[in-house]
Amino acid sequence: MFDAPATSRKLVEIRDLKMHFPIYKGVFRTRAGAVKAVDGVSFDIYEGETLGLVGESGCGKSTCGRAILRLYDITEGSILMDGVEIGPTPQARLRGMRPKMQMVFQDPQASLNPRMTVQAIIQEPLDEHTTLSAAEKREKVLELMDAVGLNRRFAGRYPHAFSGGQRQRIGIARALALNPRFIVCDEPIAALDVSIQAQVVNLLEDLQRDFGLTYLFISHDLSMVRHIATRVAVMYLGKVVELAGREPLYAEPLHPYTQALLSAVPEADPAMHDDARRIILRGDVPSPANPPQGCNFCTRCPRVMEICRQIDPEYRELRPGRFVACHLYNDDPTTAGATAAPSEATEPQQGE
Amino acid sequence: MPDPGQTVLEVRNLKTVFQTRGGEVHAVNDVSFELRPGELLGVVGESGSGKSVTMMSLLKLLPIPPAEIRSGTVKFDGKDLLRVDADTLRAVRGGKIGFVFQDPMTSLNPVFTVGMQLMEPLRKHMGLSKSAARTRARELLELVGIPDAARRLKDYPHQFSGGMRQRVMIAIALACDPKVLIADEPTTALDVTIQAQIIELMKELQERLGMAVIWITHDLGVIAGIADRVLVMYGGQIVEQAPVRELFANPRHPYTAALLKTVPSVRGARADRLTIIEGQPPILNAAPAACPFRDRCERRIERCARENPAREPVGPGHDAACFVAAAEVESAHV
Ligand SMILES: Nc1ncnc2c1ncn2[C@@H]1O[C@H](COP(=O)(O)OP(=O)(O)OP(=O)(O)O)[C@@H](O)[C@H]1O
Ligand SMILES: Nc1ncnc2c1ncn2[C@@H]1O[C@H](COP(=O)(O)OP(=O)(O)OP(=O)(O)O)[C@@H](O)[C@H]1O
Ligand SMILES: [Mg+2]
Ligand SMILES: [Mg+2]
Repeated sequence: MFDAPATSRKLVEIRDLKMHFPIYKGVFRTRAGAVKAVDGVSFDIYEGETLGLVGESGCGKSTCGRAILRLYDITEGSILMDGVEIGPTPQARLRGMRPKMQMVFQDPQASLNPRMTVQAIIQEPLDEHTTLSAAEKREKVLELMDAVGLNRRFAGRYPHAFSGGQRQRIGIARALALNPRFIVCDEPIAALDVSIQAQVVNLLEDLQRDFGLTYLFISHDLSMVRHIATRVAVMYLGKVVELAGREPLYAEPLHPYTQALLSAVPEADPAMHDDARRIILRGDVPSPANPPQGCNFCTRCPRVMEICRQIDPEYRELRPGRFVACHLYNDDPTTAGATAAPSEATEPQQGE
Repeated sequence: MPDPGQTVLEVRNLKTVFQTRGGEVHAVNDVSFELRPGELLGVVGESGSGKSVTMMSLLKLLPIPPAEIRSGTVKFDGKDLLRVDADTLRAVRGGKIGFVFQDPMTSLNPVFTVGMQLMEPLRKHMGLSKSAARTRARELLELVGIPDAARRLKDYPHQFSGGMRQRVMIAIALACDPKVLIADEPTTALDVTIQAQIIELMKELQERLGMAVIWITHDLGVIAGIADRVLVMYGGQIVEQAPVRELFANPRHPYTAALLKTVPSVRGARADRLTIIEGQPPILNAAPAACPFRDRCERRIERCARENPAREPVGPGHDAACFVAAAEVESAHV
């Protein structure tokens, strides 16, 4: 909803975050390697903004969101939550931080206990983390139901009696129960029908405005992210390859992967398809257990250079607020060679 | 290009009902449409609007019971598919009419190699010898762009990525040179860059092989890019039908118009607020006696609660089932 971060205050600061899942093999369960689901990610999230996190299936979006909330013991890195370092903090000592950071999940069906009433589901975090009286909790639950547009009369019903969009509202009400400041929304609309998606997105925007919430909005729907996000980070195979404000990213994507990704989104307008110059990527995404040498995108990149197969490009701030990890934009002649940064605006690659 | 005079498939007054413990579900209500040679017909509509059940009914792929095809005719190759004997129907399925479903992992058999699954329809429907079937299977994998095809025939489905499995499904559907290919959400489970690959492939194959395609999806972007003509389904009925450009430029049914407004864009103007369609989809527990969209419709009139509108012409090659839209066209003509 904002073009610039709502405030310039950083609520979340992530540096070199790594989340590797060990792979074990054989009868002795010896460690045979690791899935590098998140492999050195750094970014900030400003208070009151929505940072969109996009990328293809398996690139590490969910793992990144869960790692930031410390639902995992992370492999490496620093996470500053409102100025407090929670990266290496043991789980037991995180309890006090938990109310401040919440998560909304993709599948409202699977994330709600079918044997609990809506009242009990939304109240559960209050039971765990507050000393409110039963009457106070009940009142708070009803207020939350109002806030997300659920009829108070439905408090005694069970999840199966609700539609997908309504179930997602229950999940959101529950996430709001403890007055969080930061919410990771992991594909909150992916399981919903198009006509219902807009309802949930509008609700998330209203709640952000009313309660000053900060979101990390994970999605593979690039048009919805363009609608809701202030800034957007693009992930590929465990790394952020580009991060920029919403407008510059969609108008002029820099990384060849972002360019391909945006050009691949089919526009709901037949006229736009005629002059659409699609970048069709060849091949499949490599396994995060065995990423290629050099740049992770070098096996599919339409603009791959010699250096890309040898050296992993540094993630750096090219211009204020525009981060990219790509050798094309490395102006250092010793690393970029003679093919350095062709003027990207004139390239036919842009899928516009 | 499609020839408007001819049809390869003609569906008339199809009605499919499910018997459930909670009563009847009228999933498909009096659906009629035709498919023209070489055209790509897109089918869109909300979840539960009857897209899949309609297409499964054509080939009697539904379990009967609980499903019951109450009425209708499906004309293909001079026969009514709803009334032919089991052998004829089997020969049509996977033979002259190929199909691809949403989730390639559940449609491919995990215990057989991809080669065996490709060769089976070739031997069954086309009567090819084992070695001829193997050669053809290799050619089909090459056709859908799988590298190193001869070796990959020996691999099992789990050894392929999601995009490659969907290519294998397409290869199987194409095995017997179908005249019609029915693809039910063939790219929904795939990433956009892989989806773009599959769409490109389908367009190329359609041109090369000259088949007619029915492509079901809820993604209006995909439809905008590939369809010649579009059917819009709502509440078990076709509520609007038009050539693709006409539909997007001139949606006449209030559901279609609202649907087109709910999707944000990656390239066009960005709205500050998304348009929403209030309310819930209809409960299909009886044959509809009124317009299925009336409760959510901003343009409803009193008549919409009394009668179910039939599709009436509202533009070039364009019809819609809406009293208000039909009246508008009428008044524009006087
Ligand atoms: N608990 C786990 N153990 C081992 N590997 C895991 C685990 N969780 C995730 N992975 C792997 O890490 C990688 C990233 O997964 P993740 O779920 O974060 O991707 P994603 O970007 O959210 O994908 P999607 O869009 O499909 O949700 C994948 O290869 C996945 O298989
Ligand atoms: N085996 C069944 N028993 C009872 N009802 C069924 C059965 N299969 C489908 N239905 C109902 O038939 C209606 C139409 O379903 P269908 O699968 O055709 O929808 P669709 O338009 O393909 O939706 P989606 O976009 O979710 O795939 C729905 O209301 C569904 O609940
Ligand atoms: Mg995920
Ligand atoms: Mg379906």
